[in-house]
Amino acid sequence: MRIIVCIKQVPRSTQVEIDEKNGTLKRDGVESKLNPYDLYALETAMRLKEEHSASVAVLTMGPPQCEEAVREAFMMGADSGFILSDRRFGGADVLATSYTLAQGVRRIGDFDLIICGKQTTDGDTAQVGAELAEFLGIPHVTNVCRIHAVNTEKITVDMDMPAHIETSDVDFPCLITVEKGIFEPRLPSYKLKLATVDRAINWLTLDDLPDRDAGHYGLNGSPTQVKRIFPPDTHQEHIMLEGEGAELGDRLFELLNDNKFLQKL
Amino acid sequence: MTEIIIHQEKIADVDAVLKLCPFGAIEVNDGKVAINAGCRLCRICIKKGPAGAFELIENDAPAADKSKWRGIAVVAEVTAGKLHPVSFELLGKARELAEKSAQEVYAVVFGFRLAPVAEELLDYGADKVVVYDQPELEHFRIEPYTAALEDFINAFHPSVVLVGGTTVGRSLAPRTAARFRTGLTADCTILDIQPDTDLDQIRPAYGGNIMAHINTPRHRPQFATVRYKIFSIPEKCRRDGAEVIQRKLAPSALGSGIKVLEVKPKPPVKMLEDAEIIVAAGRGVKKLEDLAMLHELAELLDGQLASSRALVECGWAPAGRQIGLSGRTVKPKLIITCGISGAIQFAAGMNNSEFIVAINSDPEAAIFKIAHVGICGDLYSVVPRLIERLKGSMA
Repeated sequence: MRIIVCIKQVPRSTQVEIDEKNGTLKRDGVESKLNPYDLYALETAMRLKEEHSASVAVLTMGPPQCEEAVREAFMMGADSGFILSDRRFGGADVLATSYTLAQGVRRIGDFDLIICGKQTTDGDTAQVGAELAEFLGIPHVTNVCRIHAVNTEKITVDMDMPAHIETSDVDFPCLITVEKGIFEPRLPSYKLKLATVDRAINWLTLDDLPDRDAGHYGLNGSPTQVKRIFPPDTHQEHIMLEGEGAELGDRLFELLNDNKFLQKL
Repeated sequence: MTEIIIHQEKIADVDAVLKLCPFGAIEVNDGKVAINAGCRLCRICIKKGPAGAFELIENDAPAADKSKWRGIAVVAEVTAGKLHPVSFELLGKARELAEKSAQEVYAVVFGFRLAPVAEELLDYGADKVVVYDQPELEHFRIEPYTAALEDFINAFHPSVVLVGGTTVGRSLAPRTAARFRTGLTADCTILDIQPDTDLDQIRPAYGGNIMAHINTPRHRPQFATVRYKIFSIPEKCRRDGAEVIQRKLAPSALGSGIKVLEVKPKPPVKMLEDAEIIVAAGRGVKKLEDLAMLHELAELLDGQLASSRALVECGWAPAGRQIGLSGRTVKPKLIITCGISGAIQFAAGMNNSEFIVAINSDPEAAIFKIAHVGICGDLYSVVPRLIERLKGSMA
């Protein structure tokens, strides 16, 4: 069984500020970490590896420093790493990112299962998995919260819907995105760190991909454009009540009553 | 091709130029300033760099003919035979956008035995309700649903496709957007439209710390997802001449690598998103046992108890009760936050609530900035008194 896990390096903190003058992000340095949701995808892959002797490749797209994320995946037990890195991939939105990853998957070769985290902590869109599956022409199931069974032909999973659980068999090859909490992610192993420190990583540029039309990648392959960024709004009008606790409790009761929150059908 | 080219002769201070890029994408290669794979085309180097040193060459690829793409489409979602309320919220927004840009409103729905559902959609202002009513569509499977939405788009050419940010919507919208090689903006919180049908999409990014205004200027249709309770359910209003159009997918389009074995309801925990009144507990709660007091308050108000991330992380509250960016987005009529500081991560999940009451002992707490009523006091004296009064009023 061959598994590919898609991972992403994200900013360590989402506490970003905006330069009001020119509407750009203020970022001092680029401290990064592996997207926390990807840990669950990696853990899922490791469990399958242990139980079904699978091989696990990790795939990411980003600047050269995202090698750290791949090394971290090695420390959890991934077998090989592929990094899509090219200036021409820059400025990619969901569509261009998914397309580039799909090209990377084609370059890696045959696979049975692709596992993605539910979303990233920087983009927060939770859409790349579904678009990647479309570009590869394979079925996908998002929000997988449990794996019931795996054999050579299919995987049986629970999809976590708001009010329901949908259990289905999904034929290989396929893609799943996994929920936070499907398994408890293992810690990176120092032993594996030592064992993989010299392991070569496969660096892929546009010239290594089946489709070399630069118009399909990066900003050029991105239908959406960020027109501007700005700080979030906060409500302006509010009243503040101060005083002694019981008195505040009384005033809150009256306020709720006045606003008809205490009416019952 | 859109790209940034560098005019080396206009760069006097190379070290200063290297520091321009917040992503560290400017480097020196063979004595020349170059841009590496870290570039996000944010254009800061053009704005802040030496005049004329960095130049943007704009995209010259052909754009879609916008006059051929007309109409605002809402993908309505049916779970267990019932329409998800986000469908009505989106129809209200679609009507507003349609009036501004002189377009029609479509509702498109997939499932089985949909006659009552189609009638209901007519009542919420759709000009055309397009129905794919086939047994193979009874349960959500991605390939047949994508095929149905693809068929709808090819038949009606809507300029905009709005999809609820539900589990199904967040799977179906990206898959179909990729099929049309077009743009999709997730979890929009504000939508507006230009006369040329370009959709203005505003969404939070970086955990809600910034807002991004996004356009899809050259592609059609424009996909956007919106979470439940971001917009309001409109008044019922049936349009003159509104009609239901039945379409069917050929068996060849209904194939799937997914076989649904079972769909079972989750245990009857009432959904937080459906609550009209919420009492939310935060770090100001000192002991696990003290949650009983807030639970009592919630019950007296016919509401539900929720929590901030802090209490989920320390194991006092289940993840399904967490409000915030990494939890649930709620829009109750009333929310009373108790001992919650109001970090943006929490606020993003509830700041659309109609009436926000915040109880916190720290007068500087961020929650007071978004609260309609701020109560600066100790929740351990305010809440017991409130409970006493509520009980008194019922006696």
